[in-house]
Amino acid sequence: MINILFFGQLKERLGCATLQWPITKSLSVQQLKQQLIEQQCQWQEWLSDSQVLCAVNHTIVDHHASINVGDEVAFFPPVTGG
Amino acid sequence: MIHIQTEDFDMAHEYQALRNDNHNDGAIVTFTGLVRDVSVNLPLQQLTLEHYPGMTEKSLTEIVSQAKQRWPLGNVRLIHRVGSLNSHEQIVFVGVTSKHRQAAFQACEFIMDFLKNQAPFWKKETTEQGEQWVDAKQTDQQALSRW
Repeated sequence: MINILFFGQLKERLGCATLQWPITKSLSVQQLKQQLIEQQCQWQEWLSDSQVLCAVNHTIVDHHASINVGDEVAFFPPVTGG
Repeated sequence: MIHIQTEDFDMAHEYQALRNDNHNDGAIVTFTGLVRDVSVNLPLQQLTLEHYPGMTEKSLTEIVSQAKQRWPLGNVRLIHRVGSLNSHEQIVFVGVTSKHRQAAFQACEFIMDFLKNQAPFWKKETTEQGEQWVDAKQTDQQALSRW
């Protein structure tokens, strides 16, 4: 199982803030996105956006990064603080 | 000192805290970010700041740590507010001390530039036309190239 979080405009577009997702072995960020889109096809438009960032355990990673059981994964738009 | 908070901060208190226990530094540089009163062309009614608890603190800690590796800094204080803010309210504070002004000026700018590009905060503006998420600016991204 992994915990998935969504933030900002992405959270509103998906209509989802957090999600428990079952995984039994490691997978890449790209593979996780594919699984999510297969489950929720209407998410494709927003999750496929190349601007969407991903963090694994609070560190921004690229789409090849590995996700392991127990990780916290977050997807969000480019940041706009300050 | 890094704080993520909903409440406002007191500039005089932060300035004094930068001076405390610090007899070697000859320079204090501070930056305060405020909420502007216009969103594109409409009067701003409210600004809402969302963040990613846990990652925000980690990101800011890393940015301050990188600044301390690049410049000989004494005290560093960083405050970022979250939640609902009105026009002209304070959003963000960065204060750094160093022996000389150049390092303090540069470190303060470095921290703000990286905060704006890497720390997980998102702004949403409310005007009479409704709510609108703020888009990231290309110029903020370009600002990193000088470092």
